[in-house]
Amino acid sequence: MTALTGAVVPRKYLPVLVTAGLFVAMFIAGGARYEGFFSTQVVLNVFIDNAFLLVVAVGMTFVILTGGIDLSVGSVVALATMVAAVLLNAGWPPLAVIVVVLLIGAGLGLGMGCMIHFFEIQPFIATLAGMFLARGLCYTIGTDSIPITDPAFTAAAQTQIGLGGGLWISPSVLIAVAVVAIAAYVLHQTRFGRTVYATGGNEQSARLMGLPVARTKLGVYTISGFCSALGGLLLAFYMLSGYGLHAVGLELDAIAAVVIGGTLLTGGSGFLIGTVLGVLILGLIQTVISFQGTLSSWWTKIFVGLLLGVFILLQRVITTRKK
Amino acid sequence: MTSAAPILQLTGIGKQFPGVTALDDVDLRVLPGEVHALMGENGAGKSTLIKVLTGVHPADSGTILLDGREVSFASPLEAQNAGISTVYQEVNLCPNLSVAENILLGREPRRFGRIQWKPMRRRAAERLAALDLDLDVTAPLSQYSLAIQQMVAIARALEVQARVLVLDEPTSSLDTGEVEQLFKVMRNLKDQGVAILFVSHFLDQVYEIADRMTILRNGRREGDYPTGELGQVELIAKMIGRDLAELERLEERPPARTTGTLLQADQLGRTGGIEPFSLTIREGEVVGLAGLLGSGRTEVARLLFGADHATGGSVTIDGTPVSLRTPQIAMTHKIAFCPEDRKADGLIPDLTVRENVVLALQARRGWTRPLPREQQAQLVDRYIKALKISPADPEQLVRNLSGGNQQKVLLARWLILEPRLLILDEPTRGIDVGAKAEIQRLVAELSDGGMAVLFISAELEEVLRLSHKVGVLRDRKLIAELPNDDTLTTEVLMQTIASGGRS
Amino acid sequence: MNRRLLWPAVVLALLLLLNLFFTPGFLSIEVKDGHFYGSLIDILRFGAPLVLVSLGMTLVIATGGIDLSVGSVVAISGALACLAISQGTGVLAAVALAVAVALVLGAFNGFLVAVIGIQPIVATLILMVAGRGLAQLITDGQIITVTDAGFKVIGGGYLFMLPFGILLALVVLAATVFLTRRLALGLLIESVGGNAEASRLAGLRSRGILITVYAFAALCAGIAGVMVASNVSSADGNNAGLWIELDAILAVVIGGTLLTGGRFSLGGTVLGALVIQTLTTTIYSIGVPPETTLLFKALVVAAVCLLQSAAFRARAFPRRERPVTQPVQDTTEVAR
Repeated sequence: MTALTGAVVPRKYLPVLVTAGLFVAMFIAGGARYEGFFSTQVVLNVFIDNAFLLVVAVGMTFVILTGGIDLSVGSVVALATMVAAVLLNAGWPPLAVIVVVLLIGAGLGLGMGCMIHFFEIQPFIATLAGMFLARGLCYTIGTDSIPITDPAFTAAAQTQIGLGGGLWISPSVLIAVAVVAIAAYVLHQTRFGRTVYATGGNEQSARLMGLPVARTKLGVYTISGFCSALGGLLLAFYMLSGYGLHAVGLELDAIAAVVIGGTLLTGGSGFLIGTVLGVLILGLIQTVISFQGTLSSWWTKIFVGLLLGVFILLQRVITTRKK
Repeated sequence: MTSAAPILQLTGIGKQFPGVTALDDVDLRVLPGEVHALMGENGAGKSTLIKVLTGVHPADSGTILLDGREVSFASPLEAQNAGISTVYQEVNLCPNLSVAENILLGREPRRFGRIQWKPMRRRAAERLAALDLDLDVTAPLSQYSLAIQQMVAIARALEVQARVLVLDEPTSSLDTGEVEQLFKVMRNLKDQGVAILFVSHFLDQVYEIADRMTILRNGRREGDYPTGELGQVELIAKMIGRDLAELERLEERPPARTTGTLLQADQLGRTGGIEPFSLTIREGEVVGLAGLLGSGRTEVARLLFGADHATGGSVTIDGTPVSLRTPQIAMTHKIAFCPEDRKADGLIPDLTVRENVVLALQARRGWTRPLPREQQAQLVDRYIKALKISPADPEQLVRNLSGGNQQKVLLARWLILEPRLLILDEPTRGIDVGAKAEIQRLVAELSDGGMAVLFISAELEEVLRLSHKVGVLRDRKLIAELPNDDTLTTEVLMQTIASGGRS
Repeated sequence: MNRRLLWPAVVLALLLLLNLFFTPGFLSIEVKDGHFYGSLIDILRFGAPLVLVSLGMTLVIATGGIDLSVGSVVAISGALACLAISQGTGVLAAVALAVAVALVLGAFNGFLVAVIGIQPIVATLILMVAGRGLAQLITDGQIITVTDAGFKVIGGGYLFMLPFGILLALVVLAATVFLTRRLALGLLIESVGGNAEASRLAGLRSRGILITVYAFAALCAGIAGVMVASNVSSADGNNAGLWIELDAILAVVIGGTLLTGGRFSLGGTVLGALVIQTLTTTIYSIGVPPETTLLFKALVVAAVCLLQSAAFRARAFPRRERPVTQPVQDTTEVAR
């Protein structure tokens, strides 16, 4: 892509650039204020703590680009941790557990996609039903937190991959980065990815252009379900437990990350890199609050809400002024 | 014309919608290398026939033979793959994608699943070059005008090796030059043996380009004729199936009975929309605006109604300066506006005829002062009768009405406010000949009754027939204001547009 | 009856029958201590907050918008009322304060949507996220308990032998019907939701209408918040009204109002809210473990939505339904 080398930045990249600029500004402001904030490991820790959210948000980006929404992701994440914990405790080999969990996630996503596409149920409602279903399945499996003691999972939780200079990341970060890279490739270099954009731009037109809209819509919800399950596995690595109350409200974080990243909820416009920045910003807010130390947890919500407001207003101002 | 076997043969096509027979035993034969016009009023079944042909709707009965083999398409994609490509009336492309993607997506060059961007851009540029277009194929489609988007849609349709090209009213958003360019392309394709099914409301265009035509009326086929053997008057008679005398009567221009000045715009303008213009509208006067698409005709109307903000100039009404900042303010000065795009800017399709008609009156009263139901019923009833709105059911949803009747509903909405200035932007576009005549007669009557009308139309004859005075626009500028005396003809108007007002 | 309301009504009837099967006296209403008692009364009483929130949500959705923030407004209003009462403010003043703040928050939502032009789902997401934090800030993360007898009446008291909450919901329902159907607010809302630009060009002040509607939705949520807090005599910033926005949206959709805006049905919304509340009651009364509540909810929601979906009916009962096609259109397809 040669767009960034042009003398004038095309308008479609502006929201992402604003997000990037504000991320840098936040990081610098944090560094100026708190001792030990201004380090690469702080950024890496944001990745480590939010790898699962990043993966979930990638799936959400696909869905939102088609003009849909997926409210079920948080519940599917919880279900994934629950199923993984139960199966591991039942003595299943870790690899089989991982495959089963991913299949369940993708299957749930496909099911919701079918409701949306074939029965024309609005995505908001279909995925809301999916949200209730997945959370309900969690509670049906069990209402208590189930610890995970499988050696492969604990190894994944504790391994530190050194990057030299005392810096390290977890295996989950590698997985998340790989997911982002694959997703970016799919969105920009394949027919499926471009059809995702086309569907979000104008679904009726895309259909009349002879593009496989049906397959694409089923595809994005399947991807989102798959990503949620994968995010659930990463969360299981991170928490080493399966619990029906894991990831409550995660769908909001994922949607917030996508929106802060400059993707329009109406579909057809936005970039994956924006989503990555959105996740990083959410993570950075939590880091700031933990550095501050004296702030209660609800300030996180207030800050995220305020930031959401600021970003949306800024994007609004920029896009209207450029018109 | 060779008497070759038809490339496309539809026999006995029937299509029912709930409560309506859209197509009844329709036949259509299209020969290779001909331009075949599909003619009919709105609601005659042209679009339904095209949708059945291209796999958007399944047919209830009948057969489709393509090259002698029976086919049945489940989707537009299947039709495309079989060699039937369609360009729809509204541009059906994705505005957020690049021009190249819009032309090639679905058939883009790939290697191991990866899109080959460079060859793709080159191929898209070649396709456009064949249409004499030179665009930045990496730019998003939304950057370009509707006319260019239409040409991109045609480029996409030609990208497949189309044996049948269906053009559903492709010219309604093109200006004269662009239409010529399109016709050039069509003749070119014809020479290559492509059959073109062409739908247009513009009779002149049909006579210029089409070899044969099939006429539909009320979902039935009226017949097919070589273009040269059917005169325009006969064609119209077959399309509307009624006596043409009432159309002819309108040829007499209404007498100008104008009195005092109603509205005066002085150097009114909007940056990027229309350059400052001055215009005087008197009571009882019909002021026509003539100009090509994009010449600024709609912008003039929108400024006078407060739909857009003026960036300079002033307006006086009855000699008093006013600031027309919003539609509400314009409405308090008794200005009414029927926009060009009825469906996007005019009507609320999911509301009933009654609700659409009382909407502006209710908006003026505010939601705290509802219009009593009996009064609503009376008003709506009166205008359903006066304007012959059909079906005459006030509780019918507007989306179920034909284009002409929708236009009448919109007119009724404004007429109950008893405006002093009625702005009509292309009120007769895309509606059938009968309704067109009715609307023209209505304009004449209203002006006789003292109402001022600003009448915008792409059809110069219509402007000339109705107006007392014609403003000519070109390139977002009002270049001339001509009194409609006996010397003003369509030729004079065209020359004025062509010369840019300098004679 | 409106065809759209048929399926939710059927589902509600089935749920009630199911209850009758498991609890024979389910439908009986008796008078005890001068009050009406019975399962049906309980459904109405516990469903009152959801009915309130859903009424406001109906109008927002009819404009083509959505309000995700109502749950947070429920929490804020309950927290404010309890905080004020616990600090010695009179009940009426405390309730007035809570409801007034809710109104301001709603107007803020409306401002973002109507004046700034932000997508409703994003605009109200701001208050949904931040509002939950604000509610916890007001209660300082604690649960504020109040013992004021006057306050208790709103959610737990009786008037004319009926729970006060039911009457309050009825009053708000009547007010909503009056505003929208007797006055012309309904027509203007359906017009804005049906086609915003056409409404502007017909002279509608859509800004004013949108702000009114979002303020009204928050007002309903504010009243519901006070009702919820009064019922349990305490304010919980974290859990009060949690996910009620989703239930409210569901109630509206089950009631036959489309999320795309335009036509709305208040009767349908009340029916939808009662379906959801009856479902919860049913799960307890037929002895299904409460952990599976959500599972049942998912199934019923899916069932109702599928039954309402023309596409589903066409596939499931191809004989009995008329062929499903797009409405008849003339040559010009509705452009998106």
